[in-house]
Amino acid sequence: MAVSSPSSPQDLVAETSVWKKFLHQLIHLPWTWRITLAYLTVMLFVPIAAMFLKASTEPPARFWEIATSDVALATYNVTFVTSIGAALLNGIFGTLIAWVLVRYDFPLKRLVDATVDLPFALPTSVAGLTLATVYSDNGWIGSLLSPLGIKVSFTRLGVGVAMIFISLPFVVRTVQPVLQEMEHDIEEAAWCLGASQWQTFWKVILPPLFPTILTGIALGFSRAVGEYGSTVIISSNTPFQDLIAPVLIFQRLEQYDYSGATVIGVVLLTISLILLLAINFLQAWARRYDSK
Amino acid sequence: MSQDFTHLSLISAQAGLNRKKSWVPTILIAIAIAYLALIQYIPAINVFVQAFKKGVGPFFANLTHPAFLHAAWLTLILALIAVPINTVFGLCAAWAIARHKFPGRAIVLSIIDLPFSISPVVAGLMIVLLYGRNGWFGPFLQAHDIKIIFAFPGMVLATAFVSMPFVAREVIPVLEEFGSDQEEAAKTLGAKDWQIFWRVTLPSIRWGLLYGLILTNARAMGEFGAVSVVSGNIADKTQSLPLFVEDAYKQYETEAAFSAAVLLALLAVVTLVLKEILERKTRIKDVE
Repeated sequence: MAVSSPSSPQDLVAETSVWKKFLHQLIHLPWTWRITLAYLTVMLFVPIAAMFLKASTEPPARFWEIATSDVALATYNVTFVTSIGAALLNGIFGTLIAWVLVRYDFPLKRLVDATVDLPFALPTSVAGLTLATVYSDNGWIGSLLSPLGIKVSFTRLGVGVAMIFISLPFVVRTVQPVLQEMEHDIEEAAWCLGASQWQTFWKVILPPLFPTILTGIALGFSRAVGEYGSTVIISSNTPFQDLIAPVLIFQRLEQYDYSGATVIGVVLLTISLILLLAINFLQAWARRYDSK
Repeated sequence: MSQDFTHLSLISAQAGLNRKKSWVPTILIAIAIAYLALIQYIPAINVFVQAFKKGVGPFFANLTHPAFLHAAWLTLILALIAVPINTVFGLCAAWAIARHKFPGRAIVLSIIDLPFSISPVVAGLMIVLLYGRNGWFGPFLQAHDIKIIFAFPGMVLATAFVSMPFVAREVIPVLEEFGSDQEEAAKTLGAKDWQIFWRVTLPSIRWGLLYGLILTNARAMGEFGAVSVVSGNIADKTQSLPLFVEDAYKQYETEAAFSAAVLLALLAVVTLVLKEILERKTRIKDVE
């Protein structure tokens, strides 16, 4: 009997038991899982599904037409190009700030360290309000810039300033812990071998730090793209000049143009999903570098 | 440690390098502070200066304005509802993720982080598309005379959405580091799940949890984009404090705007101080 059917019965039993086990686990999920999944479904999955389904009721040609209309393209330009600029600038200065905080001692260092997180804690409307005032023509910093012909508040430059404000902590807080854990020995070895400080930084410190800096830039960029509160206040919200995509969504909603709002919303949401994947990839890359 | 010192003394023996070391840090620190000053410090100080420009009297006069009082009250209630809900969710999610090894764990973590990467306006839009008049649940809600969009429930949903991930995010690493040994020990000794959570798990994650709580609260009280999309922004009715700030500014009542902004800035200061204290607490624990 056992010889005649060498493979099937026992394997079949094993297979069904795996399935049974899976089903059993699914039905008898721990209640922590149930709450988590239920909450995520109600708050996240259903709304996202609703938005994509609403967008899919639009014929593809019409969708494309709305998504690539002149106003929409201009807002993408302002939103994404300005965000990239802000994130890159923060990539440089954020790394410098992280470096200074990790490597040097100076008075009030603790305070500086603690206040780096200010943009996380300060409500965005307050940030927009005070940035718009400080950088306006008669503001503290704006009044110094206006004789030079530089207008910041109510221009695209102002949108950039708000985006810099909002995305700075991402770079600093991503780079800082990695710098902290970096071995001093390699640097010292480079020095002892006669490398200048600049060479040491460029050839020894920066390469392993690079994926981490990129992660910080990507996180900051992702936040800047979605930012609404501070940018809407410092911007004049003029189409083709400094109108950002989230404000365009808001305006479309105010005009009860639901399909218009949804299409731009889907574009923004898709881009944030892609960015999320990119950030995950970058983080994995940074970690791989780390383990070597 | 002593090895490091020998390295250092070797390096400081090179006099040229030593001289270089003396000015490079100073310049770098100066650049860092200047950048932070332009972007953060001057704007932060400006909030307080503008609010008290005409003295303390007008400041307090602005704070007794009925629209302001209503907005402050609404903000408080929003946080009082959203924070506990997100705490329960965050604890459950953290437990589920930290205590189970399963394939696709990284994906689940990313999903929990999603509300951070979704633009607040898009978050508001999604809620409108679900509960608005033309939304999925619109006809049902209208038939039962329930108003969610342009009303308080919508604001709660928006607030809960944007502040969702903080607790889970802060608690997961603490739970992982703490390990499950003590919980299992308690279990073999016959403790019930609830007892284990209350007596063993909670005390060990309390600082991480508290940290998550204050971040949740700060975001809940400060959220502007998502709430403004779903609230309709009606003064005295559906206007939270951040919306009041923008509205007052748009109406050229800059002083009223800054008076309210000071309160929100103080919330930020308290958040940062508590954050610092809690970070130090967890760091001290690490050292031990």
